[in-house]
Amino acid sequence: MNIGIGLPNTKADATGECLLEWARRTDEGPFSSLGVLDRMVYQSYEPMLTLAAAAGVTRRVRLAATIIAAPLRNTAILAKQAASLDALSGGRFVLGLALGARQEDYDAVGAPYRGRGRRFDEQLLTLRTFWQEESPIGPRPVQAGGPPILVGGMSERTFARVARYADGYMHGGGPPRAFARMAEKARAAWRDAGRPGKPLLWGMAYFAFGEEAAEAARHYLLDYYAFTGPFARRIAEGLLTTPQAVRQFLRGYADAGCDELILFPGVSDVEQLDRLADILA
Amino acid sequence: MNITVIGGGPAGLYISLLLKKRYPNWNITVYERHPAGVTYGWGVVFSDRTLAELREADYKSYTDITDNFVIWDTIDVWYGDRWTRCRGHVFAGIARRKLLSVLQARCQELGVVLHFEAEIEDPAQMAAKADVLIAADGVNSIVRKTYAHIFRPSLELGRARYIWFGTDKVLDAFTFIFRETEHGLFQVHAYPFDGATSTFIVECAEETWQRAGLDQADEAESIAYCEQLFADHLQGHRLLSNRSRWIRFVTVKNRTWHHENIVLLGDAAHTAHFSIGSGTKLAMEDAIALANAFEEHGDDLEAVFDEYESLRKPKVEAFQQAAIESQTYFEHVSRYLHMNPVQFTFHLLTRSGRMSFDNLRLRDPAFINTVEHDCAGVNGKAAPLFVPPPLLTQVAVGPQRLPNRLALDQPPAEDARDGTLSDEGAEALLALARREPALLITPPLAVTPEGRISPECVGLYREEHRDAWSALVERLHAERNTRVVAHLSHAGRRGATRPRRYGLDLPLPPSEAWPLLAPSPLPYTPASPQPKAMDTDDMAAVREAFVRAAQWAAEAGFDALQLNMAHGYLLASFLSPLTNQRDDEYGGSLENRMRFPLEVFDAVRAVWPDDRPLGVLLNVTDWEPGGMTEEEAVTVARALKEHGCDFVQVAVGQTTPNSRPVYGRNYLKSYSDLIRNEVRLPTICGGYLLTADDVNTLVAAGRADLCVLTVEEASP
Ligand SMILES: Cc1cc2nc3c(=O)[nH]c(=O)nc-3n(C[C@H](O)[C@H](O)[C@H](O)COP(=O)(O)OP(=O)(O)OC[C@H]3O[C@@H](n4cnc5c(N)ncnc54)[C@H](O)[C@@H]3O)c2cc1C
Repeated sequence: MNIGIGLPNTKADATGECLLEWARRTDEGPFSSLGVLDRMVYQSYEPMLTLAAAAGVTRRVRLAATIIAAPLRNTAILAKQAASLDALSGGRFVLGLALGARQEDYDAVGAPYRGRGRRFDEQLLTLRTFWQEESPIGPRPVQAGGPPILVGGMSERTFARVARYADGYMHGGGPPRAFARMAEKARAAWRDAGRPGKPLLWGMAYFAFGEEAAEAARHYLLDYYAFTGPFARRIAEGLLTTPQAVRQFLRGYADAGCDELILFPGVSDVEQLDRLADILA
Repeated sequence: MNITVIGGGPAGLYISLLLKKRYPNWNITVYERHPAGVTYGWGVVFSDRTLAELREADYKSYTDITDNFVIWDTIDVWYGDRWTRCRGHVFAGIARRKLLSVLQARCQELGVVLHFEAEIEDPAQMAAKADVLIAADGVNSIVRKTYAHIFRPSLELGRARYIWFGTDKVLDAFTFIFRETEHGLFQVHAYPFDGATSTFIVECAEETWQRAGLDQADEAESIAYCEQLFADHLQGHRLLSNRSRWIRFVTVKNRTWHHENIVLLGDAAHTAHFSIGSGTKLAMEDAIALANAFEEHGDDLEAVFDEYESLRKPKVEAFQQAAIESQTYFEHVSRYLHMNPVQFTFHLLTRSGRMSFDNLRLRDPAFINTVEHDCAGVNGKAAPLFVPPPLLTQVAVGPQRLPNRLALDQPPAEDARDGTLSDEGAEALLALARREPALLITPPLAVTPEGRISPECVGLYREEHRDAWSALVERLHAERNTRVVAHLSHAGRRGATRPRRYGLDLPLPPSEAWPLLAPSPLPYTPASPQPKAMDTDDMAAVREAFVRAAQWAAEAGFDALQLNMAHGYLLASFLSPLTNQRDDEYGGSLENRMRFPLEVFDAVRAVWPDDRPLGVLLNVTDWEPGGMTEEEAVTVARALKEHGCDFVQVAVGQTTPNSRPVYGRNYLKSYSDLIRNEVRLPTICGGYLLTADDVNTLVAAGRADLCVLTVEEASP
């Protein structure tokens, strides 16, 4: 299982320089990818642009949009951005897409909230055509067939989308047991669709080490996930705060067949990255 | 805080005592419409898991309840003139009346105010007067009705009629009785509960109930009827009634369980069919969760109720899912009367998917030993002591006997050229053959170049294809004596797509595409090209292509043939009303929609050797509103059987890109069960099966004859 690092692009206190420092240090470390979160109505950086900036200061790690609310965006522009990011980064881009559950985000960009599931299907259906040889819209992505597409979500329909249009599934966070259950659905759907091989399976979690950092991180998670109601607390409780918790969590995800686990910092202090690297060493 | 509780059942009493215990200065008042000591129903059953939670929540009532338990570990199934016994389960029963009196006493001891004979008619008024209104008023909840626009309940009525009796016959096991009469099948769920009496629930189909005249019968007549029907079991004992009526089970669900200061608890919020005996358990667990939420969030009602609902709803829904499976089983149990008693019992015990072959082996090794002998077809004193597990037993499919229950298959090829399998593709099949399945199913073989899904799919539309397969089948046979099944297919409107490593149904660029055929000119996706609606010449050509491919398959030495009528490919798209909108004799009624697929089947049957099985991969549901239903699939399977079909491999969905599947382990189980037992045709069942336990459970229960295993290479 590969381990990636999430950029704190939804942390209000993260400066531009801070984000780039996270990106640089991740590229040096034992990590395989950089993730970003997407949120419209929040003090957060635009994820695709954040990854573009990260592309400039990294050489090795993959750049993963984990995860973008697709129906908030125009499909052609999204496809062009994705192809550009892939070309600019030398084929390091991964495009994770989901519905996006917050109506306020839809209202803010003027996209209709209703019918978003059907629009998401249409987007997934056409996205790759922009990357084909025949398309007049460039650039050509570096990776053959375009960057890998991951689909996230929890609804039953999610797994049909994974199998139908994507290269894999991106889980939204939770204990290994929950991940394993969703991974099973993704694999079952994949097989039913007669796709060759297996779906990619990505997961994510939050970490913060040290009492003060952990407290601040919980506070942030309760705020960031407030829109989910009672689940915000469950996410905050799942915060990884000790070496033991991290190790067991990684073991659980690896056993469940996770290919790539993105660990997001609960605070923006880049010193947290060193502590994580020590644990993984 | 002032807490008003409507309903003095298990939910209402238990939440009251838990809250009063933690918050002695809260005022808690329960309103119960019946007098104290008057209640419906007889005994209730608990499982051991619940009890640990009760002990933690309130030790005093826990001991009072468990002191009154009757405990037993056996399930007896009476069916025909035989019975089968399975041990090693844990059940605990108690009289509902006793349970309520324990809870009432504990409430009074703690200072909960109980008002009996106090029927609440205006919950809104109660809610206005109290800080919190707890609606524990049961399945017909007045609170839920009053706020229906908020809770948005769904009430689903079961198809069967049941009546809840007691009997003074003492039982020593959970007892199921299945009894056929001239009016239809009756079944009994009976279990002990207080050492002197037992619960005795009688259930039957609505039609049976009417034919037997029970719709006209009063209470005494119903008792007399059932006493006579089960006289051999009652052995002179009486059936006892307690305002017993023949009713239909209502499954209650609510969109939300709380509103302002009102919260739903127990049956008011949700019910689960009595055959998994969990309603009381769920009601009391609700109470525990709500009390804990109060402890955590104090008087922040929004947080308390959110916490309670978010914790309980997923658990309750999982139970309701198992309960629906169990309820469905009992509603269709006459489908399984052809089974012998051992298989019938194993099927019954594994009905809700919570119990498997391995679970039961741990509970009762002797029972599983009997099941194994039964599957192996050997019984009696002369039989070997131990026999292979079900998955390694032989099975007859049409004219052939197969050595085991495993099948392996492959997705559409990704690297063929002009329909010829690549060397790598051949190696992959050889590798599968080495796993020793009874059946090895090829990837779909297109019967014409236009019938390919993508340009890289394999086919059987040229003589060279036959020769290549002939050589490969010989190598496969030499490998491990596996039977090779040729899977013939025409992609129809799902043809001319890019290889599936990029995704499903992504159309080829027009320069590389070919014209598509379909019953009606409807593109598969908005991006797909429009197919041509087939005329009679097209149909004749496709039929001839299937026939030619079948002949070549026979010449190539294939052991069996499977025709694709699934997943929205050509023949399946004739069957489904979503994709077939013709107004000639090939569209409209199911009979018309079946016509072309059956013509193809007949033509193939005529040329396929009689000593080799011929089957169909069949969609059992489209998983989509307006699509083909399970009932229609049964009709199709029956017709196929009459036309000489030897087996069905079940499939679901993909008729259009909009099907709404529910994936997970074993998701095809019920569809295979339906076709196998309703139509009595051997089935092959896939659906993400991973373990020997999955296969043993399906086969021993008679839900499938063969299983397609998903072989996942274990990560190091
Ligand atoms: C045939 C059958 C067999 C069952 N077997 C089992 C079993 O073996 N094990 C098990 O765990 N569960 C079993 N159950 C389920 C179990 O009976 C219920 O799930 C359980 O009683 C639910 O508890 P409750 O407190 O929510 O509702 P109830 O027990 O129904 O209590 C509701 C109470 O509210 C009162 N009430 C209703 N309306 C008003 C009003 N307007 N004003 C005042 N009072 C009112 C009612 O009189 C009643 O006392 C069975 C159910 C059936 C139908």
